[in-house]
Amino acid sequence: MMTPNDTLDTLGLFCPIPVILTARRIKQMPLDQVLEVLSDDEGIRKDMPAWCKNSGNELLDLVQDGRVFKCYVRRCR
Amino acid sequence: MQMVYLDYIAASPLLPAAKAAMLPYLTEQFGNPQSRHGYGDAPRAAVAAARGKVANLIGAAPSEILFTASGSEANNLAIRGVIAAGQKKGRHLITSVIEHVSVAHPMKRLAQEGYEVTWLPVDRAGRVNPNDVARAIRPDTLLVSILHANNEIGTVQPMTEIAGITQAADVLLHTDAVGTVGVVPFDVDQLGVDLAGLAAPSFYGPKGVGALYVRRGVRIAPLIDGGVQEGGRRAGTENVAAIVGMGVAAEVARRQIDADAAHFLPLRDGLIDGLLKTIDRVHVTGHRVMRLPHIASFAVEYVDGEALIRRLEKRGIIAASGSSCSADALKISPVLTAIGFAANVAQGAIVFSMGRETTEADITQVLFAMPECVAALRAASPLFSRLGTAS
Repeated sequence: MMTPNDTLDTLGLFCPIPVILTARRIKQMPLDQVLEVLSDDEGIRKDMPAWCKNSGNELLDLVQDGRVFKCYVRRCR
Repeated sequence: MQMVYLDYIAASPLLPAAKAAMLPYLTEQFGNPQSRHGYGDAPRAAVAAARGKVANLIGAAPSEILFTASGSEANNLAIRGVIAAGQKKGRHLITSVIEHVSVAHPMKRLAQEGYEVTWLPVDRAGRVNPNDVARAIRPDTLLVSILHANNEIGTVQPMTEIAGITQAADVLLHTDAVGTVGVVPFDVDQLGVDLAGLAAPSFYGPKGVGALYVRRGVRIAPLIDGGVQEGGRRAGTENVAAIVGMGVAAEVARRQIDADAAHFLPLRDGLIDGLLKTIDRVHVTGHRVMRLPHIASFAVEYVDGEALIRRLEKRGIIAASGSSCSADALKISPVLTAIGFAANVAQGAIVFSMGRETTEADITQVLFAMPECVAALRAASPLFSRLGTAS
């Protein structure tokens, strides 16, 4: 079980809004900290890995819990 | 003719300091707060500063404030947004019979869509009984929405007691606080509300901007979709100038709130006591004590409220016959009906609402003009003359 430093609730919002909000929130966190992003949009399964790759941050995990996807992103840069 | 303006609940003049703060964002600082280049920096910082000021006015965190285009939008967003977010399951909603239409109509529409709405009654002073809230709550209740104060009658609701009940039952509580925020002290934690709609014009801010307070942890889905503004919960480029104006007005209201009340109370009570003494068959509508400090509201028998408003305007006095939002409906106020006024009395409704500019001389002018205007209208009323011959 991952212990995030912060959680971003984007439930009810469609991609790419959750990813843009992730980009903004993670900039406010110290390096190496982990952000948990909650989303109920299927699109997050593609968008979050792609954004992490392009932005140079690490996607530690992406798990599905019922209708909710939980992404764990470590700030790397 | 020097006019005496006593319809501050419909509109208040824009605070000069708010106007001055807004001007740069209508001219040279035209950038989009969402832009990542330099033109977005000042507008973005200005919106953030305004968010802090509005939050400060109600004891909230800046992240709990969501800017909207009006108090009506904020109330709609609270009700619709909570349901759409589906954080809690259920089909049951609770509200009161004296809500502003920006709560009453979304509720009616939801009832058409299959939700079950309980409409709580009010007493003769316009107060919801907290015990009625407790009795109405069911396991499938999603939201309770009770207005903080009604602008037509001035009555303030026992919100803390209601919040105690909703918190114990783990049900969300929304309040339409358009009439109270910036007018009387309003602290979200002291009151215990989860969502609150507010509007800048209620406290000398510009029109076209309001806000919704959303307690941290309460989830709402957007009504206007498709943008990252307001955390994705209210899309659309920010009305930067208006938001800045709202921030300044909020900051001033917070500083002024006690002085404002001290200014209003003797004027309000002087007007109420004076008119009750000089005009017979006149009733104060709403609660005598638990009422907004700047509102004196009456129902005058044997006159038509609209006719009275027009006659007063000819004498240089501006008042309202009820809510400006439904002034042209030409029907009896549902609020006055709900507090037990017969239709023929309720049609004589008149509301005076005061502002920082209102003086004792203004009230004296009303006390002088009102009995004459009422007498003139009654002289032309066949019903009133029949009353005279009968007694």
